[in-house]
Amino acid sequence: MNKVLMKGNEALAEGAILAGCRGFFGYPITPSSEIAEYMARKLPKIGGIFVQAESELAAINMVYGGASTGTRVMTASSGPGLSLKQEGISFISEAELPCLIVNISRGGPGLGGIQPSQGDYFQATRGGGHGDYHTMVLAPASTQEMMDFAILGYELADRYRIPVVIMAEGTLGNLMEPVIVRDEVTNFVEKPWAISGCQGRKPNIVNTLHLTAEELEGRNRHLFSKYEDIQMNEKRAETFMVEDADIVVVAFGLLARVIKRSVIDARKHGVKAGLIRPMTLWPFPDEHIKAVTDTCKVILSMEISMGQMIQDIRLAAEGRVPVEFYGRIGFLPNPEELTREILAVAERKGL
Amino acid sequence: MEDEKQILFAGFGGQGVLSMGQFLAYAAMNTGKHVSWVPSYGAEMRGGTANCLVTISSEEIYSPLTEHPLVAVVLNRPSLDKFETKVKPDGCLVINTSMVDRDPKRTDLMVLKIPVNELAEEMGNTRGSNMILLGAYLEKTSVVKVEDALQHFEVIYRGKKEKVIKRNREAFLAGVEWAKKNW
Amino acid sequence: MATVFKRPESLTDAKFHYCPGCTHGIIHRLVAECLDEMNIREKAVGICPVGCSVLAYEYFNCDMLEAAHGRAPAIATAIKRLKPDCFLFTYQGDGDLASIGMGEIVHASARGEKISVFFINNTLYGMTGGQMAPTTLLGQVATTCPYGRKVENEGYPVKMAELLAGNEGSAYISRVAVNSPANVVKAKKAIKKAFETQAKGLGFSMVEILSTCPTNWGLNPVDAMKWMEDNMIPYYPLGEFKVKEGK
Repeated sequence: MNKVLMKGNEALAEGAILAGCRGFFGYPITPSSEIAEYMARKLPKIGGIFVQAESELAAINMVYGGASTGTRVMTASSGPGLSLKQEGISFISEAELPCLIVNISRGGPGLGGIQPSQGDYFQATRGGGHGDYHTMVLAPASTQEMMDFAILGYELADRYRIPVVIMAEGTLGNLMEPVIVRDEVTNFVEKPWAISGCQGRKPNIVNTLHLTAEELEGRNRHLFSKYEDIQMNEKRAETFMVEDADIVVVAFGLLARVIKRSVIDARKHGVKAGLIRPMTLWPFPDEHIKAVTDTCKVILSMEISMGQMIQDIRLAAEGRVPVEFYGRIGFLPNPEELTREILAVAERKGL
Repeated sequence: MEDEKQILFAGFGGQGVLSMGQFLAYAAMNTGKHVSWVPSYGAEMRGGTANCLVTISSEEIYSPLTEHPLVAVVLNRPSLDKFETKVKPDGCLVINTSMVDRDPKRTDLMVLKIPVNELAEEMGNTRGSNMILLGAYLEKTSVVKVEDALQHFEVIYRGKKEKVIKRNREAFLAGVEWAKKNW
Repeated sequence: MATVFKRPESLTDAKFHYCPGCTHGIIHRLVAECLDEMNIREKAVGICPVGCSVLAYEYFNCDMLEAAHGRAPAIATAIKRLKPDCFLFTYQGDGDLASIGMGEIVHASARGEKISVFFINNTLYGMTGGQMAPTTLLGQVATTCPYGRKVENEGYPVKMAELLAGNEGSAYISRVAVNSPANVVKAKKAIKKAFETQAKGLGFSMVEILSTCPTNWGLNPVDAMKWMEDNMIPYYPLGEFKVKEGK
């Protein structure tokens, strides 16, 4: 088992390459640029294509074009860039093209800052652009998962013909940890819908225009029956010490991992804490949340935002237990601070 | 978690703060430890203050972050001012006295002082000061054994020029010798 | 009996939806004839725009993709890079290419992307009801410049062929019109030359094609042809603006 010390951004880029990514189209933005730089170095050496686009709009539309050929392609960006990409993501979703879109998240709104953030949760999980659609959203918590979720992301993208978003706080992109480098992916699904010249077959059309109400409704129903399958099959979450927990923290990303230590420290102070870490933000693992509402006394949503995932948690908890919130902006809180907050909530609730 | 150590390296950008943290993380990883390295996260890529936090543990690392590192290695005065109060009780401060003109105020800490800039200049290897400090620190504390670090030197510097590896190894060994004599 | 005229294989059987007298139909046919004659239909990928020709994917009998407004050159870039054996063409109107898609077209040209762009300039937004385009002529009335285009308010009409010819990556840039049989023949030659430029790998190619919009101009088809000749061609001169010769 050969472990290599890698940064999160590098591990993600390498994971994408191992998964067969042969096209990267992007526009530099801190803190995601290392992914583009890695791809610019690596892709030309293995017969892949790297294009630095003139804008985020162009970059996502290059992904639209690239994905339409059936090639595994990707882009990576951060907050303001992701906003510009939403037009293309809406088109790609309706055209049902598989691709990987990475958001190494920074704080907003506006230009915001370049510090880590989870404030793009709504944008990522609600579709983000115009119209009724979802992307799948994966939230890694370690450098290893940055690699593994890139590979998983392509597998899911191809299986469901859906764009997959990987959302990671900026700090995770810069975090160096040992990574077990995975094997190269060799089994790929057929893509008879791809466009690359119609030799020997009827022409294929990639299109998102449906002018009649009937046709448009049919398309939306088709997409949503696919989303139902995804919700049925692909919810993923990690649970940590929730069995006997009075207070269950729900958090994602690197923040969730930091909270594991707070959970252990809180238990040293006599507070039975636990953690649920959604690994898929969409589909949201609501059953995992619902499952603890019979045993825990309070749920605590911790986010690097003013509170976005808490809405999904409350929907999942269906009012059975109170859902509290703790959020910070612009940085990843230290475990000691998070422990103090868990203890404070426990005290308020008489636990 | 019981043997988990978190070591902060801080100084000016350009003092090799990030790379000495990376070296330690590599060296510890190669002895089979769990490690993480996380840089300070700032707009300034050059010239400003820089720091990184290395976590070493024999078990899975949950938090690569902390409010209170066990050790702070400070290469300049602003870093001492900023981090002295943060070090865990009974922790350790390693101070580059070439760039720090005051003593620490806390009395509960193990304090290790070393004038690395002068030592580096004596060697004619001004860019080696970070490795001198790391050599001395590892000799004194065995967070990673010196012989283990030396064994993996080539692996850690893979892809670097032979001359660069040699100069860094010399600096590292000079630090080891200095610690044997002075600490 | 010898066949002297037939529908090109590169067009489907679908009936065009274009207004009577609109020249999109002629231009579609010219592109299709070139695909047939060069025997590249099965390697062709066409990108259609948002605008009157948004449904072009129903008319061209080759792999087609419908793009977001203005983004066709970016999409074509990725497909051509990933599938270099394909022949890429975009078919874009003046709002699509010269307004919202100005960034994409200029940079595709600057990078010398080996794609062929057919730019249909009819001086306004046809499909959405005759709003002003970057190519609307001075004094010309459109629904969003109801008193006529004025320099002080709307500035000058954009000359795309001249603009793109200045880019080093452009290998073939020309402007043609389809207002007379002679000009239609010239237009076809230009379209073919654009594809040939792509085949030779010389770089970016664009043919700007002056087109009519009788509906929104408020003219009958014959008068529309005359209006193009009297008003458009003087401002948008015909000819080749950049011809990079192959080795």
